[in-house]
Amino acid sequence: MIEYDSAVRRSPLFSELGELLRYRDLLYLMTLANIKRRYKRSTLGIIWTLLGPLLTMTVLTIAFSNLFRFSLINYPIYLLSGLIFWNLFTQTTQDAMNSMIWGGDLLRRIYIPRTVFPLTAIISGLINLFLNLIPLAIIMLIFKHAFRPALFFIPFAILLVAMFALGIGLILSTMAVFFLDVIYLYQVFISAWFYLTPIIYPRDIFPARYVWYMNLNPLYNLLEIFRAPIYLGLIPGTNTILAATSWALVSLLIGFWVFTKKADEFAYRI
Amino acid sequence: MKVDKVNPLIEFDNVSVRYRLPHEKIASLKEYAIRRLKKSINYIDFWALREINFKVYQGELVGIIGSNGAGKSTLLKVISRVLRPTLGSIRVRGLVAPLLELGAGFDYELTGRENIYLNGTILGFKVKDISKRFDRIVDFAGIKDFIDSPLRTYSTGMITRLGFAIATDIKPDILVLDEIFAVGDEEFQKKSIKRIERFKSKGTTILLVSHNLNQVKSMCEKVVWLEGGITRAVGPSKEVIEKYQRTKR
Repeated sequence: MIEYDSAVRRSPLFSELGELLRYRDLLYLMTLANIKRRYKRSTLGIIWTLLGPLLTMTVLTIAFSNLFRFSLINYPIYLLSGLIFWNLFTQTTQDAMNSMIWGGDLLRRIYIPRTVFPLTAIISGLINLFLNLIPLAIIMLIFKHAFRPALFFIPFAILLVAMFALGIGLILSTMAVFFLDVIYLYQVFISAWFYLTPIIYPRDIFPARYVWYMNLNPLYNLLEIFRAPIYLGLIPGTNTILAATSWALVSLLIGFWVFTKKADEFAYRI
Repeated sequence: MKVDKVNPLIEFDNVSVRYRLPHEKIASLKEYAIRRLKKSINYIDFWALREINFKVYQGELVGIIGSNGAGKSTLLKVISRVLRPTLGSIRVRGLVAPLLELGAGFDYELTGRENIYLNGTILGFKVKDISKRFDRIVDFAGIKDFIDSPLRTYSTGMITRLGFAIATDIKPDILVLDEIFAVGDEEFQKKSIKRIERFKSKGTTILLVSHNLNQVKSMCEKVVWLEGGITRAVGPSKEVIEKYQRTKR
């Protein structure tokens, strides 16, 4: 028999994991609904996902290739891998916030594990990412860019990026429940973040003495472990891997902790 | 059917629920930061429930009455785990089936079929179990011909019926009804009342929130009267309703 006793409180972090396991079918169906919603209404849905980054890439390549022509060979691949990374991060964190507001109606009416919403956003983002890798592979073929064994490192890199994005998504969703303007502030924030991260420009554009400061930007090392195997055909250095892993773990732990600690208040606030 | 009259299914132990509202609504982080610096955040505490104590046993049909804002919906939310009590504690044993308000837990872009699964898992069921009950749900809701059409093409009545059919397909231990009888056509109302009565005869505990005092009097043996978040009376329905009507006159 199912028992609920509001006085018994295990650590919110662990009880949430147990509840997620119990509601795993819901997680699956919500993700499915999310994907369907994205692609159903327009037959061009999937094609848009493939074309979107390609179009951005073309525009930016035309705009910047003269600028960086001498320092970066196969600039389109450098750029496209960076954009795909960026899309994964921003889409999932923004989706996590929005789904929390969208799901607010439900949270006021029935109990479900609240982490379902941000998790749905992450899983949908990952599916989107795999679709995005198709045009990247095509571009690599066109430019006769070598597919090196280092590519086997990519799943691990994606895992770290997803962990980091989930952590940030959890923190942002918690804040968005209490303050709606977080959604807009974040939009401003990420457009600045975009230019602070070497996505469209080469990493060595900054003078050497400032390079250390780049480590303070979590996306700097996370981008590197994703892009190095694709663009350079190399597994990134140990320091880069360590830095990226630490950021991913810290973000996820803090995010999960903050979110589950505040989750009981959500129904009061939304 | 052996009915357990010793261990309560629902046990309110000094439950209080507080909504903490900022004096003026602070909806933005910017505003919050400024106020925080100026130390000018004042809260108004609004106690939606105060020290609620009562027990509900297996097979009881309990009506909850009181004027608007008395705390009836909050009480149901505490039972269905949506709100955790600010003070005190609540114990609930068994499967709770909440009947959601119209359209909650549905996705209007998805088909009826997809929505049965989505809504079912929101209620905490497994996909595997929903598959087994699928035909019966469709049949009870009477939406067979529309099952693969998107929900946005459904009428209000159809969505209400579907929601009821999913939530009540298997016998719950506790059924929570919040003014559902206002909707649905007469034939469906009869069908749903029959189903509720069958559950009751098999030992399901039912909580009914309603403004319709005659309905409460005829259906429930026990009534909880809430006023301003306080239990004014708990007892046999006839007695409590008479007391309630005397104060309203």
